[in-house]
Amino acid sequence: MFKKILIANRGEIALRIIRSCKEMGIATVAVYSTADKDSLHVKFADEAVCIGSAKSSDSYLNIPNIMAAAEITNADAIHPGYGFLAENAGFAKICEETKIKFIGPTAEMISKMGDKITAKETMIAAGVPCIPGSEDLIKSIEAGKKMAEKIGYPVIVKATAGGGGKGMRIIKSPEEFEKNMESAQKEAAAAFGNDGMYLEKFIVEPRHIEVQIAGDKRGNVCHLSERDCSVQRRHQKLIEECPSPFVDEKLRKKMGDAAIKAAKAIKYEGMGTIEFLVDKYKNFYFMEMNTRIQVEHTITEQVMNYDLIAEQIKIAAGENIVGNRYLPDGMFAMECRINAENPLKNFAPNPGLIKALHIPNGFGVRVDTHIHENYMVPPFYDSMIAKLICTGRSRDEVIRRMRRALKEFRIHGIHTTIPLHLALLENDEFLSGSYDTGIMERFDYDTIEE
Amino acid sequence: MDQKDIQDLIKLINKSEISEFKLKEKDFSIVIRTNNYSKNNGTTVVTSAMPQMMAPSMHAPAMAAPAASSANLTSAPKAESNTEENAVIDESNLVVYKSPIVGTFYRKSAPDKPVFVKVDDKVTPGTVLCVIEAMKLFNEIECEISGTIVKVLVDDATPVEYDQPLFLINPA
Repeated sequence: MFKKILIANRGEIALRIIRSCKEMGIATVAVYSTADKDSLHVKFADEAVCIGSAKSSDSYLNIPNIMAAAEITNADAIHPGYGFLAENAGFAKICEETKIKFIGPTAEMISKMGDKITAKETMIAAGVPCIPGSEDLIKSIEAGKKMAEKIGYPVIVKATAGGGGKGMRIIKSPEEFEKNMESAQKEAAAAFGNDGMYLEKFIVEPRHIEVQIAGDKRGNVCHLSERDCSVQRRHQKLIEECPSPFVDEKLRKKMGDAAIKAAKAIKYEGMGTIEFLVDKYKNFYFMEMNTRIQVEHTITEQVMNYDLIAEQIKIAAGENIVGNRYLPDGMFAMECRINAENPLKNFAPNPGLIKALHIPNGFGVRVDTHIHENYMVPPFYDSMIAKLICTGRSRDEVIRRMRRALKEFRIHGIHTTIPLHLALLENDEFLSGSYDTGIMERFDYDTIEE
Repeated sequence: MDQKDIQDLIKLINKSEISEFKLKEKDFSIVIRTNNYSKNNGTTVVTSAMPQMMAPSMHAPAMAAPAASSANLTSAPKAESNTEENAVIDESNLVVYKSPIVGTFYRKSAPDKPVFVKVDDKVTPGTVLCVIEAMKLFNEIECEISGTIVKVLVDDATPVEYDQPLFLINPA
């Protein structure tokens, strides 16, 4: 087992990792930028090294300074957390070369899954369902129609040079093909100067449902069921829940097996997550793999009653995975990501001084955070300042608990997204449990009370 | 004047060399005294540079402003923000040379060689002050100003972090 771990991260996840290390009797080294010198993770760790100025590129992304910090403190492992260098294959490689254990997969695994095209090819070869699509640009209307038949309607035609939702059309039947294709091409030519188009199956009412997996050195892989992360705004997750209200036993088995297949295909080591898009007919398709611990690992921890950070460290130290699958078994959990943003001013970031703070508590309430009273939320980093996680024996109980905890959560001095979460917890679509990634587009922001 | 104005005013005064500030408006008056107040024996100092000032300007206590040309150089804490340093006026001139990287600090290029610099040595831009070793790479840290070494703040072969004070230099 490691004697000393350097945590190459900051904020709540650094604290999270330090706590598990303390329980395991592992010494900890915090690294920090000058902006974080009074931060809790610096105070909690056994040692701390300043690695640069406020800008992430000067500090938390500064590989030479981080490696030097590991060297001067004699750390034998580095935990990268999430974000920053967590999925940086180059950084993982440097750790391998300097014989400091990177707590995560190998550089090769990170590279393989980091490239979307390679990842998709690997998954297809492993028999994991991927979003059906044309490999090349559509050569003619006839060729396009043939391809659409093969994929299965509805399809979406997309501009190869595209972005921002331009040059895309949903096509529901062969009769609509020609006119939509031409209209999309015209738009693409005007917007990007390139009318090359490709086809993809259109996922109806897509849900973002991901499966937690773990793999060890000996090729054993298990899954820890799914998390529903469909409540997103501009691809940023707001609320996550475990289990997914949309997933039944049958679907869980299929997705779990597919996730294990995916991990085994690259002989994955460590904690990871396979992200799927699930349509209203319960067809699921591989989207991408995250080769790190995730922000929302917490809800899986609550439901499975397992310290996933500790598991991560144990796997990295050479221990074996036990078991094939872990099922929810009657427990439910939900997480609200609390950001220092004003939801009524288009989510404008709101760094500043937290003048008064009351963190909710009580049965079934967990808060992962680095904030405290008189903490100055810095403007240099991610706006997430706390994760509020509630656990219970039914989805209803969890929702009631979350409402109570949100009302109890007082952060004075800055605007936060707590009012948004309170409104979401009264939103019909969310409460029904039948929601997809379009939920925030339909959300009525007038329901937010300041 | 609302609360934000008052907060801004306090920040502005703290940054300056003012020790006492009085403002009187029609239905509102404020007196702000900083840490400098007792040191200056109750002398009220006001500079006309302050836009909210209405009193006539007077002389502020003279403070040397040391050159600070790079992010790693900083003057020793100025009197208006930290009262302890007021005692020795000279110290306000000194430049604290801080580490730009993380690593192990060495005063010599090799164990059997002499130290790069010692107290009372004169330095100029380009003078190698020390070597900081990280990941088997030896980085020579060059001085960026002219002056004299007043104090060496770190022992040989000690780990240092970013921004850690290494030398006190009296600028020429």
